[in-house]
Amino acid sequence: MNLIRGFATTIKHVFEEPVTIQFPEEERPVRERFKGRHALKRYDNGLEKCIGCSLCAAACPADAIWVEAAENSDEARYSPGERYARTYEINMIRCIFCGYCEDACPTEAIVLEHEYRLSFNDRVDAVYTKDMLIDPVPPGGQDTPQVTEPGKFTRSIPEMKDPD
Amino acid sequence: MGVTNKLGEMGVVTLRLEEAVNWARTNAMWPMLFGLACCAIEMMSTQASNYDMSRFGMELMRPSPRQSDLMIVAGRVSRKMAPVLRRLYDQMPDPKWVLSMGDCASCGGVFNNYAIVQGVDEIVPVDVYVAGCPPRPEQLMHGIITLHERIKQNRLADWA
Repeated sequence: MNLIRGFATTIKHVFEEPVTIQFPEEERPVRERFKGRHALKRYDNGLEKCIGCSLCAAACPADAIWVEAAENSDEARYSPGERYARTYEINMIRCIFCGYCEDACPTEAIVLEHEYRLSFNDRVDAVYTKDMLIDPVPPGGQDTPQVTEPGKFTRSIPEMKDPD
Repeated sequence: MGVTNKLGEMGVVTLRLEEAVNWARTNAMWPMLFGLACCAIEMMSTQASNYDMSRFGMELMRPSPRQSDLMIVAGRVSRKMAPVLRRLYDQMPDPKWVLSMGDCASCGGVFNNYAIVQGVDEIVPVDVYVAGCPPRPEQLMHGIITLHERIKQNRLADWA
């Protein structure tokens, strides 16, 4: 009797749909709070949010981030305030995707997105530069460097939409 | 080198042979079990039914280096483990590849200290680095696909 019951379980599972996800063709959607590859954000007018303060680099437990700041001017403005990130590099095979950089950022410039396809043939390829990380210019915005009127972008941290 | 030098340019024949050999190599790759830390859990998950690595011809994780041709280094390699890893790599028959899975195997990750090897490429040649801490099973499979793309570019002239 136990034998029949055992084989009944087996036969029941034969007619079930397979659970396998055919990965390269079919993807399981990630969770909303999944932390994948970083992105550097822009304001609606195209200015970069990153002000080059290096707080993300200080917060990084794996020392994966390298930031080099430079001075803004009204003739060539990259971000609001005094400074912008001239060099912004993240070593993807060093980064542990903990999200501390996201928490440390005062302007919410760096956000961990949902991209996770990160494999490299060479470890030099794993260093993502600013050009690779930064978001495209939003529609209606202007690419950096911008020429801005003096006195308009004096504050590095403008009033944020949702400070939470 | 090798055959092409002796026989001259074989044209279509060599191309087909290359394709056939590369096809065989990519579709029946036997990975060696080298789970060292938390990445190994994700490696097991990749083998399990949800992701099923046997779709890529990797039915078995071989615990024996002499029967495997891909070493998936999953986890941080301590200085004490390094000679073992090198020895197992040397015991694998050619052609062999190494996939460094996760941050710790690739470059030490958060463990920047005296006890951990700062990247397994200090001791063995690594073909593919997979980022993530630990990588999702999809990321490991993406790494394997990247390795397959790399092997498909192998040329007959490079074998000898």
